[in-house]
Amino acid sequence: MIDILLAILNISFLQAIVNMSTPLLLAAIGDIYSERAGVLNIGLEGMMLVGAFSSFVISYHFNNPYIALIITIIIGFGLGIFHAFFTVTLKADQVITALGENILALGLTSTLYRIIIGVTEIQPECQGLPVLYIPAINRMPVVGDIMSGSTILVYIAFLMPIITYVIFEYTSFGLSIKAVGENPKAADSMGINVNVIRYIAVIISGIFAALGGASLTIGGLKYFFDNMTAGRGFIAFAAVIFGRYTPLGVFMGTLLFGSSDAFQLRLQTLGIQLPYHIFTSIPYIVTLLAMIFSRQTSFSPKALGKAYVRSS
Amino acid sequence: METLLELKGITKVFGDNVANDGVNLKIFKGEIHVLLGENGAGKTTLMNCISGLYIPDQGKIFWEGKEIQVKTPQDAAKCGIGMVHQHFMLVDNLTVLENILLSGLRKRFAFLNKKQKKREVLELMRSYGLDVDLDTQIWQLPVGLRQRVEIIKVLYNDAKLIILDEPTAVLTPYETEELFKVLKFLTAQGRSVIFITHKLEEALRIGDRISVMRRGKIVHTFSSTNVDKNLLVRLMMGEEIEEIKGKKSSKVKKDKREIILEVRDLYVKNDQGTIAVKGISLEVGKGEILGIAGVAGNGQSELVEALAGLRLAIKGNVYFKNKDITNAPPRLLRDLGIVHIPEDRHKHGMIGEFSVKENFLIGSYYRYPFSKRMRLQHEYIEKYARMQIKKYNIKVSDIRMKAKYLSGGNQQKLILARELSKFPELIIAAYPTRGLDIFATKFVHEKLLEYRDKGASIIFVSSELDELMEVSDRIIVLFKGEIAGSLSAKETDKKTLGFLMAGETLLFSERK
Repeated sequence: MIDILLAILNISFLQAIVNMSTPLLLAAIGDIYSERAGVLNIGLEGMMLVGAFSSFVISYHFNNPYIALIITIIIGFGLGIFHAFFTVTLKADQVITALGENILALGLTSTLYRIIIGVTEIQPECQGLPVLYIPAINRMPVVGDIMSGSTILVYIAFLMPIITYVIFEYTSFGLSIKAVGENPKAADSMGINVNVIRYIAVIISGIFAALGGASLTIGGLKYFFDNMTAGRGFIAFAAVIFGRYTPLGVFMGTLLFGSSDAFQLRLQTLGIQLPYHIFTSIPYIVTLLAMIFSRQTSFSPKALGKAYVRSS
Repeated sequence: METLLELKGITKVFGDNVANDGVNLKIFKGEIHVLLGENGAGKTTLMNCISGLYIPDQGKIFWEGKEIQVKTPQDAAKCGIGMVHQHFMLVDNLTVLENILLSGLRKRFAFLNKKQKKREVLELMRSYGLDVDLDTQIWQLPVGLRQRVEIIKVLYNDAKLIILDEPTAVLTPYETEELFKVLKFLTAQGRSVIFITHKLEEALRIGDRISVMRRGKIVHTFSSTNVDKNLLVRLMMGEEIEEIKGKKSSKVKKDKREIILEVRDLYVKNDQGTIAVKGISLEVGKGEILGIAGVAGNGQSELVEALAGLRLAIKGNVYFKNKDITNAPPRLLRDLGIVHIPEDRHKHGMIGEFSVKENFLIGSYYRYPFSKRMRLQHEYIEKYARMQIKKYNIKVSDIRMKAKYLSGGNQQKLILARELSKFPELIIAAYPTRGLDIFATKFVHEKLLEYRDKGASIIFVSSELDELMEVSDRIIVLFKGEIAGSLSAKETDKKTLGFLMAGETLLFSERK
């Protein structure tokens, strides 16, 4: 027991939480835009996987993680358009579309990896994002210790909740998104182009999901393996519901899931005589437990999951 | 008088249905122009053509003498045409201020200076004598105030022509008076109002001019100073209407009163989790109609749903013929002879995607003779559906047609036919005449009276005081989830009911 306490009562454990939360936070915060606009994005998992794969391959090829980052943003943009085209323009079922996307992403990334990289004995590594030291953050007590030496993606991830809060509370864009997700008909009658707002919202979600994936490869392990997101997209989606679609709530949700991941890694290193599978399943169990306590549906946007059809 | 808006030959066709047929109309500056007609006459379609929701198939629109193209609601707003829809176009969980700002957003991405905008809106409200708390969320407001928000929204966009679609349908008498004052004030400021209604008295009271619409055409335009009321009705309906023939009061004598339904100290929560019904107790006797009055949102819906087994009562008891049926499941209630005519017929009364025939089956598909050993008896079901359609005079060309394509009145007849054919002992009817025209309303009233005379007990919820007083034996008024008053329908008047609905119990008891 004391071993466990010692393992988690130190700065490096907090650093691990930050690192484990970053991919979830990026994907989940982006997803708020999509959900609040009324479009379910369960395709987060697939989008993250594609982002992880493309950032790895590009960084591997050009030996430059920042080029990889920019191209990943463009790919995320494309993923958003893809999802929006099916759900907003074609008004296809939002869940089924996402299922298809997730399966496609898994097959596509695994196949392309074998075509581009081939089967190798040693895992090929790509150039990772360099760590940044921002003096203003460095000087802060505790926060400085935890955050300093993080990649740009970590800084972006932890800034996004604040930016998102400001957008939703103080800008016309945020107000439009909320209106479109709650009552698209009313929004339409007030001169808001429902489809354009939904497209933008889903594209934002696509970009941040792809960045979340990138934070696993160029921002983390520096290599790629099949299905490396391992359900993190779904956990991010759960964090959005757990956080009641608010930036602060979602931030707390991803921290909870991220810390359970960091915790299980610590447990593995303690050498407890249990199969490691039990530890790796902890984040998923925490996710399920969290959902028990967040079953209120009254917080979800009323038009969530419904395509908007004008007149009638 | 100067002409603000002129319509020439507006035609709009939906499939085989000609909703507007070459409509010509002139609206003057500073007038209240009433568009009068029964349901389905094409009033709303015409207004949607002006406000940019529909694009007319033919015809021209002139604004201050110049021809304009209105293709979207924004085009209309730019000209100065604002519409207050029958179903409010408000986002429920945003604040009043946010809803008003939303309607005036010019840029897709801009920071909102809420403090400054709030001052602007307050200034606007003060100049028109309108008052609403800007920081309240819409769902917390009563219907009358929601409508006021819609009017402020339209004024915030500087509309010169304000179109109101059936604005009084959801208001109390008091709120209606307030609305009329606001409208008079607006026209005195040189703005014009188009007021859509199917209520004759209102048209005569508020209109400067009245245009009667029938079957997609404007039949005649009157100046309100010289109207022949009889002619107006004839033009509107195309035929004379008779008074309700049903007997005015219950046949059952008071001293032999047998209690069918008894509710004791009932508490029910609403969807938001706050308590909507606070300790209501009531009784309904055999062969008696109990009217429930109140402004929408004062607990009527929750009470009805609790009685129909659709919502959990958190405290209190419900007895049906001395049997405790508190929180009993709907199927048990139906088997006991309790039927429910729901408030929202599309959501809870029928399945629009099902055929008319299938809709007759809902609730009894498992019973003999509709099914035998788990097999549906289609031959019998069809015969039964045809019989009911004939008996209730439902206008339907094919029983395999989807129920959603029936008109509102015929949908309600279908539900009535289905529910009443079970020979119920208790009928819970929530707003059964909402949105129906005079004929369909009359039909519903007659049916309810007929079943009352057969000995059924009826709970009749409505927001229309006239019909409540006409049909009910007793009326209770709900205010904020409590019974504000219980009166005999014969001995009360609209004014008293109006007071009670506005929550003025004190005033009322003092007078007594």
